[in-house]
Amino acid sequence: MKYTQQDFKSDQIVKWCPGCGDHAVLASVLRAMPEVCEARGYSKEQFVFVSGIGCSSRFPYYMNTYGFHGIHGRASALATGIKVANPHLSVWQMTGDGDALAIGGNHFIHAIRRNIDTNIILFNNRIYGLTKGQYSPTSKYGMVTKTSPYGTIEYPFNPGELVLGARGTFFARSLDSEMALNQEIMVRAALHDGTSVIEMLVNCMIYNNGTHKDISDREVRADRTIILKDGEPMIFGKNKDKGIILDGLKLKVVKLGENGITEKDILVHNSKDDNFGIHSMLVDMKYPEYPVALGVIRDVADKTYDDSVYAQIDQVKSKAKIKCMDDLLHSGATWVVK
Amino acid sequence: MEHKVIDAQDVVIRFTGDSGDGMQLTGTLFADASALYGNEISTFPDYPAEIRAPQGTVSGVSGFQVHVGQANVKTPGDLADVLVSMNPAALMANAKFAKPGGSIILDQDSFDEQGLEKAGFKTMDPVKELQLEDYNVIWAPITSLTKESLKDSGLDPKSIVRCKNIFTLGMCYFMFSRPLNFTEDYLKKKFAKKPDLIAPNIKVLNDGYNYAHNTHAIGNTYTIEPAKLEPGTYRSISGNQATAWGLMAASEKSGRPLFAGSYPITPATAILEELAVHKELGVVTMQCEDEIAGICTSIGAAYAGSMAVTTTSGPGLSLKSEAMGLACMTELPLVIVDVQRSGPSTGIPTKTEQTDLDQALYGRNGECPIMVMCARTPSDCFRAAYYAGKFAMEHMMPVIFLSEGYLGNGNEPWKIPSMKDYPDIKPPIVTKCDGKFKPYERDPKTFVRNWALPGTPGLEHRVGGLEKSPAGPLSSDPENHARMVAARAAKVAVMADFIPALETIGEKEGDILLVGFGGTFGHLYTATTQLLKEGKKVGFAEFDYINPLPKNTAEVFKKFKKILVCELNCGQFADYLRAKLPQFKYEQFNKVEGQPFMVHEIVEAVKNLK
Repeated sequence: MKYTQQDFKSDQIVKWCPGCGDHAVLASVLRAMPEVCEARGYSKEQFVFVSGIGCSSRFPYYMNTYGFHGIHGRASALATGIKVANPHLSVWQMTGDGDALAIGGNHFIHAIRRNIDTNIILFNNRIYGLTKGQYSPTSKYGMVTKTSPYGTIEYPFNPGELVLGARGTFFARSLDSEMALNQEIMVRAALHDGTSVIEMLVNCMIYNNGTHKDISDREVRADRTIILKDGEPMIFGKNKDKGIILDGLKLKVVKLGENGITEKDILVHNSKDDNFGIHSMLVDMKYPEYPVALGVIRDVADKTYDDSVYAQIDQVKSKAKIKCMDDLLHSGATWVVK
Repeated sequence: MEHKVIDAQDVVIRFTGDSGDGMQLTGTLFADASALYGNEISTFPDYPAEIRAPQGTVSGVSGFQVHVGQANVKTPGDLADVLVSMNPAALMANAKFAKPGGSIILDQDSFDEQGLEKAGFKTMDPVKELQLEDYNVIWAPITSLTKESLKDSGLDPKSIVRCKNIFTLGMCYFMFSRPLNFTEDYLKKKFAKKPDLIAPNIKVLNDGYNYAHNTHAIGNTYTIEPAKLEPGTYRSISGNQATAWGLMAASEKSGRPLFAGSYPITPATAILEELAVHKELGVVTMQCEDEIAGICTSIGAAYAGSMAVTTTSGPGLSLKSEAMGLACMTELPLVIVDVQRSGPSTGIPTKTEQTDLDQALYGRNGECPIMVMCARTPSDCFRAAYYAGKFAMEHMMPVIFLSEGYLGNGNEPWKIPSMKDYPDIKPPIVTKCDGKFKPYERDPKTFVRNWALPGTPGLEHRVGGLEKSPAGPLSSDPENHARMVAARAAKVAVMADFIPALETIGEKEGDILLVGFGGTFGHLYTATTQLLKEGKKVGFAEFDYINPLPKNTAEVFKKFKKILVCELNCGQFADYLRAKLPQFKYEQFNKVEGQPFMVHEIVEAVKNLK
């Protein structure tokens, strides 16, 4: 069946603040869904959107699919249960930097470690919005918020580092307003068997306006971000004149044409590389030393937990003499009283 | 010493030693052999939390008590007719459990100066020091006899010494006239992959038996005729195993696949371990990253259409509180098994208590009533788990099964039921509807909502922890909230129509009604029987369901002059009854020592009631 984005839209009024980055992510998801169905042969009733607590966690109400709005931090665990109970479902977890990385940090890394076949969109606005403006685990060091009136004295997580550290098989990053890229990444995530994490850099108009603006402003975006594409050299910039090379054990930004640098010196992106050395360095790139990497950074194949669960069950079943409870009840040591 | 053969109705034997001495295995083998012989049995493992506490110290002592009899064995027994102590520390810790005039078997080799000192003895004469002169103390050089028995076995010295528990078992088999063949068969199976160990173990078992036979040290031997059990096929089962099987049975009956999300915690872990074995029946288990993930994966699985269960003990139940509220709010079926242990906090993890009742009844935010039920004996956990699954799925709600360490770890013979004797389980699954599916529309009588499984076309809907209305996913309307709170409460209250009436054991009216719940059943039953024999006008009411209470509870209570609520806590059930049925006065008998009741304590409490 062919779907349009209208098929996925629920009748609920979207209640995010005007100008919130979450609107753009919702629009991207709605656009991506028909393509995901086409690419994977899914029907609409196979989708489940799961969330925890926070602004972005309202997401399931805006989708005309199955949905579960859970409790704070536990979206990964709920999504895991849904997917493992029924691997035919396409499970999408909507979560924020507080939900996934603070209260839900443990579930987040363990879902990734197990490689549960779910798609996680992590809305990173570096702030607690729903509770009205407290710092989050991704807030910049020194940030002044209601609970850090003299500036935070905590270092932020880089979500991608956590994902790779938890032996993640898929990590991508994008900006709320990069609608076309978002759509492309979401389809890639859906095609990936295993936990796919998409870090979505979103803006919070009210409590953290412009948190990503040093890289996201239209005038500077091309020079301060790089969109990675498989098989293509890592070239970026308004004039496509900058590139990334491997200099010893580090990445380095170079200018094409300077010091004899040509396109063939530039690193070519390979998200399928099992070794995550380069992926880790790409995840780590920060402005101003580097452009911030967007696109699919890592996408490697590995066994999924949910597949393995049923493979093991099938294997045991095929050899077992016990086929039902009555068999089991009478198995092993029993004795008869006459 | 003169050799007497005593034809006993029942005997209690307590095996004690260092936690590395294999006392749990010895006790289990003795119990199994007795069950296979046809006796009624009840067991009670009493072990420390430390896996291998410092050798020879009192804190490392592990015990296993077995009660064997011809009939009416409902408890592991109060005091031991025979106490086996493999070292001085075991004697030090367990002499108080030996029945005056009973027998005490000691491994003479371990009672050296160093051993006695480690155990905290002040003199070199433990019998005198503990005032055991009136007991039949049997000194047997068990370690050296085991060494002698196995000197040509080819085993290394360490492995040889490890066999001393099997030597002791052989001695006990002579003493209690048990056949050896059951245990020999067991050893052959256990060591099928290590055939070198079969012959030495069988030899040492027989040598122990023959030693006891030939020596004159053992004064009395016992015969315990097989019990007159109801005809049928029997097996031995522990409470935790019965719980796992009951859940699996409910899954099979309902056609909903079983999903168990749990985290290891004493004394509940064995349920998860047992479920993990049974992949042949399609059981899905997840050992989660924590207790919260355990319940949340289960709630997710319930949403996706599984029979979901999470198993834990007290501290784990605390961690699951918020998610239990989510299960109540989303009205999804979920069985929560709490195998209670001594608390608060980490407490005494390996010891039994009934101290989580308040937590099970009340431990959540908001108005969040949850059905609470329990089991009487280890094998009764099968019934309890089955009905917990049935009620959870048919009524679309979480159900707490309050088990206990005493039940979970205890063993008893069980007449194997047939699945056809258990009632159908029919969850309210919908596959289509007219118009838009409304998840919170309810049956007007039972208040049960429908279960629409993801993957079903046309029934797409959202659930969540926010308050909702029957019409939509979200509502903060004040009146709607009041209606929804009332509906969720009514859903639990209406369960009184689905559970059996409260029965009275013994007198149906009289002076004193003993009241209990859960694993104290056996002790209260036995105490009641004794009191009735003495001509007392007593009855006993055992509650299998606590929330809601059986409908006829007040009818039962008003037939007695006094009500004595006996529980292994400070009075949580008594307080609950005071709140629910304030027209009655409740007397209390409580014990919070991490140990089960003893029958004589209850009998005395009844007699002391003014």
